[in-house]
Amino acid sequence: MSPAPLLSVKDLRVGFATEGGLLQAVDGVSFELRPGEVLAIVGESGSGKSVTAQTIMGLTRSKNSRIEGSVRLSDQELIEAGDAELRRVRGDRIGMVFQDPMTSFNPVYRLSAQISEAIRTHRGDVSKGEARARAVELFDAVGIPDAERRVDDYPHEFSGGMRQRAMIAMALALDPLVLIADEPTTALDVTIQAQILRLLEDLNRKHDLATILITHDLGVVAEVADRVLVMYAGKVVEEGTLDEIFYDPQHPYTWGLLGSLTRLDRPRPKRLPQISGAPPSLLDLPDGCSFRPRCPHEFGRCTEVPALEARLADAPSHCDRCWLTSEQKREKRQVAGQIGLEAPA
Amino acid sequence: MSEAPLLEVTDLVKHFPIKSGILIDREVDQVRAVDGISFSIPRGQTLGLVGESGSGKSTACRAVLQLIKPTSGSVRFEGQEIAGLSRRQMRPLRRQMQMIFQDPYASLNPRKRVGQIVGDPLKRQKVASGSDLRKRVQELLERVGLASEHYNRFPHEFSGGQRQRIGIARALALQPKLVIADEPVSALDVSIQAQIINLLDDLQDEFGLTYLFVAHDIGVVRHISDRIAVMHNGKIVEHGTADQVCEHPADDYTKQLLAAVPIPDPRESRERRQGAGAAG
Repeated sequence: MSPAPLLSVKDLRVGFATEGGLLQAVDGVSFELRPGEVLAIVGESGSGKSVTAQTIMGLTRSKNSRIEGSVRLSDQELIEAGDAELRRVRGDRIGMVFQDPMTSFNPVYRLSAQISEAIRTHRGDVSKGEARARAVELFDAVGIPDAERRVDDYPHEFSGGMRQRAMIAMALALDPLVLIADEPTTALDVTIQAQILRLLEDLNRKHDLATILITHDLGVVAEVADRVLVMYAGKVVEEGTLDEIFYDPQHPYTWGLLGSLTRLDRPRPKRLPQISGAPPSLLDLPDGCSFRPRCPHEFGRCTEVPALEARLADAPSHCDRCWLTSEQKREKRQVAGQIGLEAPA
Repeated sequence: MSEAPLLEVTDLVKHFPIKSGILIDREVDQVRAVDGISFSIPRGQTLGLVGESGSGKSTACRAVLQLIKPTSGSVRFEGQEIAGLSRRQMRPLRRQMQMIFQDPYASLNPRKRVGQIVGDPLKRQKVASGSDLRKRVQELLERVGLASEHYNRFPHEFSGGQRQRIGIARALALQPKLVIADEPVSALDVSIQAQIINLLDDLQDEFGLTYLFVAHDIGVVRHISDRIAVMHNGKIVEHGTADQVCEHPADDYTKQLLAAVPIPDPRESRERRQGAGAAG
C-alpha cells in the first residue's frame, strides 16, 4: 500500500474580486502528495498553477480573495488556520523556492543573517552561532563551494545559479516536510538548470522530501516528476503518472503541449505542431470545457463541463476532463500527428 | 558559383572598457563581450546564434546593426562595409535590416496605438502616409495574424503572443532583407511559441527574408535554422549545419550544452541519467 498522504488538497477554489467581476483563478483543484513524491503542476500563464501553490502557503489571503476548499498538512487544516498558526507552518514545515532568486533575498543583508533569522524565528532556543553553523552546513549540502566563507556574502555577490542554491538552502533550513518550487529553473541557463534539477532530485531522495514542482517546461517535468497535473484556465484537465501523461495522454490540450515541443533527439518536423488561439480570459470563460474554442476535436457535448475522472479501465489514477471516448482519443491523437511518442513496450 | 552572402561578418570585436579612478578615468581592463567572431548568412537562409547568458550574443546583434559601435572588425551588408558608418549614413540602410526584440512588454511604447507603432517606420522613412499608410499597416496586421480592427488599440490590450506579432509587423513594415530576432519567443508560453515560430517560417518563405535568430533554447534554434553558430565567452566555438551541430557536436562546450537540455521523454531521460551516473 502507498503511505498516507502528507498533503491533501480538496476542491480548492481561489477567486479574486476585480473591477471586471470575480476572477476564478483556481477552480476546484484536488490532489494528494506523499512523502518522497515529486508532483509537477504544468500549465501556461494564467492556468492557476502558481496561485494553487501560493494558496497552500497562505500567500493569497487578502481582502479581495475568496478561498474555499481544504488544504490538509498531515492533520492540520491550513485554509482555516489563523495567521499565527500559518506562520509557524510556513518555512518550518513547508519550504518554498521562487522563480527569481534575484528578488527573493533582501539585498542589504548578508545571506548568513537572512538564513539565521529564518531559523531563529521558528526556533527561539537556537543561538546565533548555532544558526550560522547550520547555514554553513546547508550551503555545503546544496553544493555551494567554500561555504564557510561564502555564507557571509551579500546576495549580489552570487551568480544566478548559486543564488538559487542559496534559496533552496534557506527553504530547507528547518527540515520541512514539503518543498514547493515555483519555476525554480526558469531564470537559469540550461547547464545551471541541469545542476539544480539534480540537486532537487538528490534532496528528494535523501530526505524523503515531498515536492511540488510548478513549471511550464515539460522537459523539466520528464526529468524529475513522479506524477503530473496539467492545468488549464484554473482547472486540472489531466492527471496521471509521468509515463501516463507522456505515453498515453488523454486530453487534447496535453497533446498540444507535448506536440509543440522541439526535440533534439528526433529529426525536426517541417512545421511545429501548434495549438491555435490563446488561453481564454478568466473573466470571460466559454461555456463547458474551457479548452473548447482552441480544440480541433470539439463536438456537441463539449458545451457541458466534463468531470475530472478516470476514463480508462486499466488506469484508475489517470484522470482527465474530455468527453471523447478513449478509442476516439487514441485515433485522433494519431491522426493529428501531435504526439511524437510511442507507447512503452 | 553561389552568390555573395547578404551579411558577412569578419573578426567582429566589441570590448567594453572597465574604468577606475575618481577624477581621471583610467581604463583598467576590458570586458571582451564579442571577441572576434566571423560568420556569413546567404540570402533567404537562417543562421541561429546560440549561447548562454553573458556569451555575447545580444552584443553581437547590436554590433552587427551598428546600434553600438564595434571596436574592430568588418560587417558587410550586400557587399557594402557598414562597420563605422555614421548614424546618417546608416539611415537609408536601416530599412533593409530590422530587429525583433525579446520582451513584447517592454519593446512597444505603451502610450502609442498599434497603428502608430507599426506605421512609424513607414512614416519615418517616408514610404507611405495618410490613407495609404493606414491601408498598409492594416494589411501587415492581418498578415501576422492580427485583425485590421486592432489598428486603434493600445499594447496593454494584447496578450504576450499578440504583442510579439505587433513587433513582427513593425519589423516587416519596411520590407527589410535582414531580420535579426533576439530571443523572440523566450518570453512566451509554450503553446504560443510554436505559433510565432511557424509565423516566422511562413514570412521567410513569403518575403525571402534572411534571419539571424538568437536564442538560448537550442531546440527552438535548431528547428528554425539552416546553420547554427554556438557562442561562448564572446567567441564562436562551433559552427555548422543545424543537424550537424545538434547531432554530431565537435566542441566540448557544445556537447555540454546539448547534454544539459532536458529531453521531454521520461524513458530516454531516465536512460540518459543512468548512463551519466554510471559514467561519472
